[in-house]
Amino acid sequence: MAVLELPEWAALAPALIMVATALALFVFDSVSPRSTNRSLLAGTAAGGALASLAVAVWYTAAGVGTPTIDGGRGEIEPIHGLVVDQLALYFMIVVAIVTALIAVASYDYLAGHTYQAEYYSLVMLAASGMSLMAAANSLVTIFIALELASLPSYALVAILKDNRGSVEAGLKYFLIGALSSAIFLYGISLVYGATGHLYLADIAAVLEAGDADGFGGLLGLGILMLIGGFAYKTASVPFHFWAPEAYEGAPAPISAFLSSASKAAGFVIAFRVFTTAFPLEATQELIGIDWTIAFVILAIATMTIGNFAAATQTNVKRMLAYSSIGHAGYALIGLAGLTADGGDLVMGAAMMHLLVYGFMNTGAFLFVALAEHWGVGRTFEDYNGLSAQAPVACAALVVFMFSLAGVPPFAGFWSKYFLFTGAISIGTTAMLAVAAALVVNSALSLYYYSRLVKAVLIEDPLSDRGALDQPTGLYAALIVAAVMTVALLAGFGPIAEAATDAAAAALA
Amino acid sequence: MMIEVLIAVALVGALVTFVAPNRIAGKLAFAISLVPAVLSLWMFTAFDGSGNALLEGTLAFESHYEWLQLGEYSISWFVGLDGISIPLVVLTTILVSLAIMSSWTPIDDRESQFYGLVLFIEANLIGVFAALDFFLWFIFWEAVLIPMYLLIGIWGGPRRKYAAIKFFVYTNVASLVMFGAFIALVFGLGDSVTSFALPEIATAMLEGGPDGFLGLEGTTLTSVVFVAMFLGFAVKVPVVPFHTWLPDAHVEAPTPASVLLAGVLLKMGTYALLRFNFTMFPGQVETYAVPIAAIAVISVIYGAMLALAQTDLKRIVAYSSVSSMGYVILGLIAYTQFGVGGATFQMVSHGFISGLMFMAVGVIYNATHTRLVTDMSGMADRMPVAVGILIAGAFGYMGLPLMSGFYGEFTIFFGAFQADFAYAPLFTSLAMFGIVIVAGYLLFALQRTVFGPYELETDYEVSRAPLHDVVPMFVLLGIIILLGVAPDLIFEMITDAVDPILNGGEL
Repeated sequence: MAVLELPEWAALAPALIMVATALALFVFDSVSPRSTNRSLLAGTAAGGALASLAVAVWYTAAGVGTPTIDGGRGEIEPIHGLVVDQLALYFMIVVAIVTALIAVASYDYLAGHTYQAEYYSLVMLAASGMSLMAAANSLVTIFIALELASLPSYALVAILKDNRGSVEAGLKYFLIGALSSAIFLYGISLVYGATGHLYLADIAAVLEAGDADGFGGLLGLGILMLIGGFAYKTASVPFHFWAPEAYEGAPAPISAFLSSASKAAGFVIAFRVFTTAFPLEATQELIGIDWTIAFVILAIATMTIGNFAAATQTNVKRMLAYSSIGHAGYALIGLAGLTADGGDLVMGAAMMHLLVYGFMNTGAFLFVALAEHWGVGRTFEDYNGLSAQAPVACAALVVFMFSLAGVPPFAGFWSKYFLFTGAISIGTTAMLAVAAALVVNSALSLYYYSRLVKAVLIEDPLSDRGALDQPTGLYAALIVAAVMTVALLAGFGPIAEAATDAAAAALA
Repeated sequence: MMIEVLIAVALVGALVTFVAPNRIAGKLAFAISLVPAVLSLWMFTAFDGSGNALLEGTLAFESHYEWLQLGEYSISWFVGLDGISIPLVVLTTILVSLAIMSSWTPIDDRESQFYGLVLFIEANLIGVFAALDFFLWFIFWEAVLIPMYLLIGIWGGPRRKYAAIKFFVYTNVASLVMFGAFIALVFGLGDSVTSFALPEIATAMLEGGPDGFLGLEGTTLTSVVFVAMFLGFAVKVPVVPFHTWLPDAHVEAPTPASVLLAGVLLKMGTYALLRFNFTMFPGQVETYAVPIAAIAVISVIYGAMLALAQTDLKRIVAYSSVSSMGYVILGLIAYTQFGVGGATFQMVSHGFISGLMFMAVGVIYNATHTRLVTDMSGMADRMPVAVGILIAGAFGYMGLPLMSGFYGEFTIFFGAFQADFAYAPLFTSLAMFGIVIVAGYLLFALQRTVFGPYELETDYEVSRAPLHDVVPMFVLLGIIILLGVAPDLIFEMITDAVDPILNGGEL
């Protein structure tokens, strides 16, 4: 029994707090334009993200959106088109964590930059969009939330206006983003044309009732285009070309934001659309193909291309960008492993991986932010010997790198292991191939991740460096991320449970 | 809760040392490491376990908590000690304390990071010997790699980068092979296991084994898993032909890392062989006895011949580990009480003796800045104490009676003669010939370095070693003689834990 009864709209609080924080930041900017009060701005942004995180964790613990005993799904739908269930809350938590880390870290990174208030309000606006992506369950709200997240991101990538790389990256990101949005929207219209509905549950009802007979080709093309849209948002092959450019040109905290939070938000949409709107059997009957095949191919291609490209980079930020593509491939296993009678284990594993990734990948990019703050350069050689001057930050980097590579005892090993066993337990030839690709790629990734470890710890610096300062915000965010990457190990029980329960509820 | 305390003290100590100023890091780390050392000695005296941890047995200091559920399998925090693991835990804690003290002289760069990593390794080594859940064990097992990679890579000699990468790649690939094989086995066991707890898996293996997995028949799967796991652990041990990472790693590693590498890390391999291959697959042990015995004998002879050919004192000691670990494998494959018990005893004994040898070589190197046998002569005049200890250690290696090496090797040979696989006496006699070569290269090396006129040409003044370099070696020497005089201190508890393995799970 609930101690206090909240109105239904309060279920959206994690997203609404993000929106309110974004608006509050706009108010600051209006009252005091060109404000350089970094503590106030970063503090507000971080506070908002943490409040959103706290509420989302509270809701999860209190069981908001949990399936009820009498067979109900337990979802709360404050308005038609937005739903709060465990899946939504889970990804709201991921988004809020990354946003909080980014806000704290940006405090130092932005010292001396011109557009302080704009930066934070855009970050919070994008975070609002991502939070809403987690809750959207109609193709219209999905598209609106997607654009709400994307438009501020374009601006954020290009926010270093004096830096040609940043502006160019922003432009590329925007052009490809616009193209992908168009493809996605076209896909929506084709699905609408075939089924007559935009609400995901209604689409499924039409397909299962067999009312869409004769529109198989149309629907299939629509689904393919929707997959294209997700592939763009999650930086998966073949729509991954923007990612290295955008991540490299963007300010490093924004690279972290895009590669962790934005990617997770892209995946929640994919999870929701494909588990809710396109039931496997009905869809296969209609269009003749099982859509998980598309994800099997995408998963293998994405992880392989991402990892091989990462292995050949000389620029640390680009290496991380390509490795981020590789990790999108791992998370895609969650979609590839869905079957007519379940797949909650493998989808839950993908969700766990995205949460773990939220810490370890954000942390890795924050280290790059730290290196940019120090002005040490961008290649592996430039990072040589950093640990002599910054042992704690480099220890954190070691944690991130080995965790990304999937070496025990770090959290990355667990989520990858869950993905692996999930894939094996499905047992089809395709999934065994995916599992094999996962292992081979993880082994390969150890090569380039340990190269960075070797650079900072083992190699001697090329030239004498001046003393390095220790920016408080960046260090704090970095250490929190590192500690969490290790500490998640102890708390993996509840996380695994929450993720698999959410996946099972979404699949039911 | 005692095991948790040991691990927690080492882990928290590692963090504290990591952020402590360089100036005090060495002393601080030593003070912290005394806590697990003293505690583990108390645990040793209070030890009340019996039987084998995986089979019939009562564990000492057991704790078992549900951790998380993975599909149909549960993973738990499950630790405990039996007669095989407690001597190895004590070996670890003592050797870490002494290794820390022996690093005060040679380590003069980034001390806090160095000692932090050493304590981090200690925590994981204790975990490896105490964990009884496969996942928990694997986490500790793998977590040892990263700090050792860094110790070699950062503080090592001129070819440290190459040696560190080679060490990491070899052992990590081996772990992956072993890990995959074991997971396949657990899946193959089907409904008969519901967790990754090693006792449960061992029982299921003895009561029928796997039904098959991924298209492999049950018996084929068992064989494949046995071989894959043997190979995975063989790299760690290491046996010929997977030994090539060892001399590189040893020679480049700083002295304290060599001490831990030879003293404890190699035992992880033989310990795991005993726990997994030799406990869970008695049928396969019989099938593969002859090839494994052949590998053991080749490791003994070939390792000793390689040592004979070296001119670098540290390399000699490093290669001699290959041959000593060959004896351990021979004892294990004998599969008799004295064979397996002697092998376990030899693990502990070799841990102390090789630790002592590496410390002695390290002290001489600190003073002379060379390890080449050909450069040195007449060291006995300049460094009588260190050289005396080196000689004593060498005698321990050769198996001088009343030192622990003698008892270990003697029981192994005794047990191996009783073994009932084909040509067991022949293999044993061949392996015994290894002792002659060991004595040969050690005496040859000592004769050239220690005796004769002093001829070293160096800019440094070669003088006696400081007290804190000598104390750890004396402590080790004391332990070696103690174990040699009174082997029953640990041999009784070892055989108590070994018996169930040989009796098919019964006490």
